[in-house]
Amino acid sequence: MAFELPDLPYAHDALAGAGMSKETLEYHHDLHHNAYVTNGNAAIAGTEWDGKSLEEIIGGTYDASAVAQNGIFNNISQLWNHNQFWEMMGPGESKMPGELEAALTESFGSVDEFKAQFSAAGAGQFGSGWCWLVKNADGGLAVTKTENGVNPLCFGQTALLGCDVWEHSYYIDFRNKRPAYLSNFLDNLVNWENVASRM
Amino acid sequence: MSFMGKYTLPEMPYAYDALEPHIDAKTMEIHHTKHHQTYTDKLNAALETCSSDIQAKDIVDILSDIKSIPDDKRGAINFNGGGYDNHRLFWNNMKPNGGGEPGGSIADAINDSFGSFSDFKEKFSSTTAVIQGSGWGWLVYNPSSGKVEYKSMPNQTSPRTEGLVPLLGCDVWEHAYYLNYQNKRPVYIEAWWNVVNWDEVESRFSKTK
Repeated sequence: MAFELPDLPYAHDALAGAGMSKETLEYHHDLHHNAYVTNGNAAIAGTEWDGKSLEEIIGGTYDASAVAQNGIFNNISQLWNHNQFWEMMGPGESKMPGELEAALTESFGSVDEFKAQFSAAGAGQFGSGWCWLVKNADGGLAVTKTENGVNPLCFGQTALLGCDVWEHSYYIDFRNKRPAYLSNFLDNLVNWENVASRM
Repeated sequence: MSFMGKYTLPEMPYAYDALEPHIDAKTMEIHHTKHHQTYTDKLNAALETCSSDIQAKDIVDILSDIKSIPDDKRGAINFNGGGYDNHRLFWNNMKPNGGGEPGGSIADAINDSFGSFSDFKEKFSSTTAVIQGSGWGWLVYNPSSGKVEYKSMPNQTSPRTEGLVPLLGCDVWEHAYYLNYQNKRPVYIEAWWNVVNWDEVESRFSKTK
């Protein structure tokens, strides 16, 4: 059964006041995300991955030794990444739940230190990719960065928060200023209840 | 003696609006004054932390021997040094009223390696269009084979790091085309052919002999 593009969990203009414009979400969701769905479905058609879950395909096609990942992985992982990304953001004020604040303080010393590490990871990713807050198998939290479509599932980690640092995610609103996009993401866009629910 | 800002942002060889309608003025201005400037600044900052032996070398020599850079500094030098060099090559391998087909020795070399100019163009366009994430498509000269070849490179990694001589580069980072073409990378590449400066490519090729 073919994968489908999920609707955004809010209107295209819902984040405009928080630094992510309607135009960005129209391109990013309706064109970029949709292309990963279309190309991902085409790539797995007739292969052993047809009928498998996104998570199974990502885990099964990631090649840690490869310089560049294959087309099935790239499209399916980016499909999954964007499915998570929209849910990890939301309109309006979002108060960080106490258990998440406690876990971040436990792992990073403070919420501010977590934010600093998360922003530095995103700004330091050479080229396209993502930065993440992940939960490791031992329960500890960590900040990571990944290239292109690679994500925490590839390393047996749970993705709690991810920020897309491909230029298409911020070029209309922030041009070259990726650090400004990252700080705005953390301060105004993240749905912390969603992040906490993934723990 | 301390190392202070060895590299400066190269001047553009034409006005920001000179490549319109194929590449828009706003894209060119941001690409040059913001992106290229940042690679230049961060290259200088990265070199600041290197030994005087490395600081004394030209960036072309540094990139051509990238393995000689210590592990903890190589990523930043590879990325920002590549970004500095790639973009100065890029500005100069474009020009207003460019495009068409090359003549001279580069035309012969392209025909020898790819069969024909149209076969080369098809290979370059289709392979560059599907580069994962950010990167560059290049026509390079390979000193080992003595031939010109197509080479895709990720992010800002220079072809020089693989012993190849860059002749013609097409930047397919989204910042190179997003304001005008959004997600339509193949349309940008097709338009880009109209601004290729073949005289510059021939000049670079002639220096490999």
